[in-house]
Amino acid sequence: MSVRASVRERSAGTWLALPTWVTLGLFFLLPLAILFVISFGQRDTYGGLKPIADLGAYILSGKFLANYARSLHPIYLQIFWRSVWMAVVTTAVCLVVSFPIAYYIAVAAPPRRRNLLLGLVVVPFWTSFLIRTYAWMFILRTEGLLNRLLLATGLTNQPLELLYNHFAVLIGMIYGELPFMILPLFASLEKLDLSLLEASADLGAASRSTFWRVTVPLAMPGIVAGVILVFVPSLGQFIVSDLLGGAKTILAGNLVQNQFAIARNKPFGSAVAFEITAVVLALLFFYALYTRRRGEDVLL
Amino acid sequence: MPTENSVEIRSLTKRFGDVAAVDAVSLDIRRGEFFSLLGPSGCGKTTLLRMIGGFELPTEGAVLIDGEDVTWTPPYRRPVNMVFQHYALFPHLTVGDNVAFGMRYRGIARSDEPRRVADALALLQLTGYEARKPDQLSGGQRQRVALARALALEPEVLLLDEPLGALDQKLRKEVQVQLKHLQRSLGITFVFVTHDQEEALTMSDRIAVMSRGRVEQMDDAAKIFERPATDFVANFMGAANFFTGSAVAVSGDTMRAKLRAGGEVRLPAAGGTREGEEIRFVVRPEKLSLRARDLSVRGVPSVPVTIEDRVYQGASTVWVVRDAADERFTVFEQNATPFDEVGRFAVGGKAFLCWNPQHAVVLRGGPAR
Repeated sequence: MSVRASVRERSAGTWLALPTWVTLGLFFLLPLAILFVISFGQRDTYGGLKPIADLGAYILSGKFLANYARSLHPIYLQIFWRSVWMAVVTTAVCLVVSFPIAYYIAVAAPPRRRNLLLGLVVVPFWTSFLIRTYAWMFILRTEGLLNRLLLATGLTNQPLELLYNHFAVLIGMIYGELPFMILPLFASLEKLDLSLLEASADLGAASRSTFWRVTVPLAMPGIVAGVILVFVPSLGQFIVSDLLGGAKTILAGNLVQNQFAIARNKPFGSAVAFEITAVVLALLFFYALYTRRRGEDVLL
Repeated sequence: MPTENSVEIRSLTKRFGDVAAVDAVSLDIRRGEFFSLLGPSGCGKTTLLRMIGGFELPTEGAVLIDGEDVTWTPPYRRPVNMVFQHYALFPHLTVGDNVAFGMRYRGIARSDEPRRVADALALLQLTGYEARKPDQLSGGQRQRVALARALALEPEVLLLDEPLGALDQKLRKEVQVQLKHLQRSLGITFVFVTHDQEEALTMSDRIAVMSRGRVEQMDDAAKIFERPATDFVANFMGAANFFTGSAVAVSGDTMRAKLRAGGEVRLPAAGGTREGEEIRFVVRPEKLSLRARDLSVRGVPSVPVTIEDRVYQGASTVWVVRDAADERFTVFEQNATPFDEVGRFAVGGKAFLCWNPQHAVVLRGGPAR
């Protein structure tokens, strides 16, 4: 290929990427920038933004960092910590539960049943997530489906408190995120060359060794994609914790929502929202760094 | 005390639904020999190999390796290693790690691994490629890594599933010679699956020709080529000159047969042929020759034919001729004298098809299938 042709092709590529950049800029970067600017402001009495008379004095006084300083208060740190460990548990449980499911659909199941099984994974999306989360309330509440079942079978003699606690929130989050783990895992396991598993057995590895030394490394792109797809929304979760959690299960997502909708403190809400985004972006950055150092393709 | 046979197959059968991919096959593979399973695709050769490796479980029968019944032993506990058709190298591991993969399961100390890997790579002229990933190698290099990985574990038996199929023609020829050389110097039993008769002949000590799940003939490579036992083997080995007739007189190790196209020929007597019986025999194309005169008075089989076609191939000429019964034969002639000086037979002309009576091979198993 001549140099000129390659230059022309590259500029054509730039033009073709334009819609992507416009969409990203308009719906992601611009709102993020607005959020970032607001997070340095102060609320006025009616929930708007207090005008700043002297920008120089405002910055020098350090008041612009007040919202970030406030977010480091132990009461909020506790909320952040809860959000993180619940997102971690959700991601871990999803991974452990999804792997056998995805493996079965991609490798073990008869090919003609593959589409049906994949369809079953996707079917819940036909119903609103809100309604499905409400459904869990009917299952978990004191006189709900699960308790009635436990009482009827005599496994317990009094109803269990299953709703409005961490457990209920985790159940709801894991349930909601499961398809986002199964689908990427399926996509990478489907490409698994089964003769590699045979080669591993041929070289002396029993099933367990083959799993850890061949299957898992080759499914790694799917594992990473699934972990990111589950962990990121879990960290910002607020619907599940709102409906299934009690007063003790406020997550970072609820905090942001409260600041915007109830406390009407947009600058503080923005600061918290920006912190969550920053954590996620930092994680993605380190992941990209890690894969590049290993000389692999960067996903996402 | 090691047994004489590396692998013993006892009436092994594998059915997929109603189809028997391998149908009651019994054979012994001797220690240290290069043994080929040869046949067209779908003949069951790969399924048979996979049962030796433990990747398929037989429906009936038994597999013995070194005299030990391993029919139900999982692949990771069998003293055999396999070179897969598409090599099955681990794409996430380097060449060195691929070769070292199985060592920990064979009780090789971790500290010994680097030396063993280096030895195996050196054996296949791959020194310096340790750190490469499989996708940075050419097809031929990948094939050698697959061999190194299998041989590094010093198996009793090496199974090879059409390992040269993905290589180009020129490289194939080279690798065939290298493989044979490697097998001889290591003294390991090789069981090699191929559909290419030339490849099997080049490398094998013995060959089992398979068709429809059964072994048609098992013999030394040269015997398979020179003395096919059945129509199928004769056809598959490219000796498709079939003659039909009936036995007239059998005496000792020769018989006289009357050809369907007319005329009588002398043949080696196949065991148990009775007078008056229908017989079929083949003569390989390179063992036929065309003569201008009828030589039957001198006891040389001579069949009158019409020249149908002549294909000049440089070093050789292929003649296609037809006899009175409309049967077609191929004659393969070395161009020992310059072709333009030969020119004795014109297309459409008459000639006599002759051969040495000892070179005719009487087939068993009656009429053609």
